[in-house]
Amino acid sequence: MSRKDPSGGLLISPIRNGTVIDHITAGEALNVLRILGITGSTRECLSIATNVESKRLGRKDIVKIENRELRTEEVDRIALIAPHAKINIIRDLQVVEKKGVEIPRVLRGVVRCPNPGCITNTNEPVESTFEVLDKGLHCLYCDWLIKNDIANHII
Amino acid sequence: MYHIISIHDFERSDLDYLLDRAKEFDTGGYRSRALEDKLAALLFFEPSTRTRMSFATAMARLGGRWISVDSVEASSIVKGETLADTIRVMSNYADAIVLRHPKEGAARLASEFATVPVINAGDGAGQHPSQTLLDLYTIRQSMPIDGIDVGLLGDLRYGRTAHSLALALAHYGVTLHTIAPGGLEMPASITLELREHGMEVVEHADVGEVIRDLDVLYVTRIQRERFPDSASYYNVASSYRITLDLLNGVRDDLMILHPLPRAGEIDSAVDRTPYARYFEQAKNGVPVRMALLHEVMK
Ligand SMILES: Nc1ncnc2c1ncn2[C@@H]1O[C@H](COP(=O)(O)OP(=O)(O)OP(=O)(O)O)[C@@H](O)[C@H]1O
Ligand SMILES: [Mg+2]
Ligand SMILES: [Zn+2]
Repeated sequence: MSRKDPSGGLLISPIRNGTVIDHITAGEALNVLRILGITGSTRECLSIATNVESKRLGRKDIVKIENRELRTEEVDRIALIAPHAKINIIRDLQVVEKKGVEIPRVLRGVVRCPNPGCITNTNEPVESTFEVLDKGLHCLYCDWLIKNDIANHII
Repeated sequence: MYHIISIHDFERSDLDYLLDRAKEFDTGGYRSRALEDKLAALLFFEPSTRTRMSFATAMARLGGRWISVDSVEASSIVKGETLADTIRVMSNYADAIVLRHPKEGAARLASEFATVPVINAGDGAGQHPSQTLLDLYTIRQSMPIDGIDVGLLGDLRYGRTAHSLALALAHYGVTLHTIAPGGLEMPASITLELREHGMEVVEHADVGEVIRDLDVLYVTRIQRERFPDSASYYNVASSYRITLDLLNGVRDDLMILHPLPRAGEIDSAVDRTPYARYFEQAKNGVPVRMALLHEVMK
């Protein structure tokens, strides 16, 4: 089986080694990077494509990160805003591993508690901790419930 | 190790067990020196006379001793020490920590850093489980809690005493009647949670329309800060005031409860009726806290 040209039809060039996050909900690529803690000031070499056409999602975003293989635990948290994302690990230009993302049961240090009176919004040495429920994110310290706009609360 | 942080952590059987224990302490069925060699640290980073005194009394009645911090000024918080550090240090001094703190979730945090049991004595607008237990205890002194009709009156939006009590009552098949001024209604998320627990929740615009059907009327404070001006506060407060007139035709065994201190929510003339049970309720703080202290340190 011959590998199809990964740059075929794409605006961004192939990477030799790293991670491709594909099928990100359109418009959420930057939030995905934010959740992963990848910002303009970190070292990763990134390519980002937003609102590209996709058969499955209509439109989607794609992020390619060179020379870094993301681990499942660090990637799962993006399921909050991009539940259909696919993580492709690339080695020597080939997709060697592909996995979906699963919303974790507990989120630590990902979302800031909107309650100004919450102990996690002080200088105490604790991370915000939310339990993921069907009805939203539940702060395990102050019982606050985040029902929507989750991306806006990402640290 | 056993911490007492939130009423959410308790099953019905835990509540019943603690209420049974409180009853034993209330009726003298305990060793008066049961906590003789124990020391409790009462860390009150927010003013509270009643709760602190009742924990101290409970400790003394069990033959134990306590050390205390009673204001933020006196403590190292002003020097910028974190609660986490204070708790780590206090864990080496005392056999249990009783904590009152202005931030919600402070007790949960404390339990993560403590090497001794932590009892939450109120964390800001958050949980205050010993209050909820003494409320339940007071009701159960007069009647089985199962299936009764309880009215919650006052600020049901910010008043978390009401939220915790409602949640605890959901374990007992209680029908809950809520009576709150516009804008201070119980948050939809709490009502939903109660209904998910199978509780029947009925909202009423006016206490007069429901008071004759109630076994318990739980009155909470309506805080003046919640209103734009004093005129609108007095307007609302006076229409939610419990007076003798309102008590015409109520059930003989109606109990009126209030976590105290009260402002003007209950007319003092009501104090002389058999329905007024709030002072008894306050007194029950001692056996309930004896049960909690004993449970975590025994
Ligand atoms: N070496 C590479 N450099 C950059 N991008 C790559 C590379 N190899 C694959 N990709 C991209 O990774 C994603 C997954 O590649 P794959 O070949 O598995 O495509 P697919 O069969 O369409 O998979 P899927 O069903 O997940 O969409 C695609 O967006 C592809 O363009
Ligand atoms: Mg594809
Ligand atoms: Zn919180």
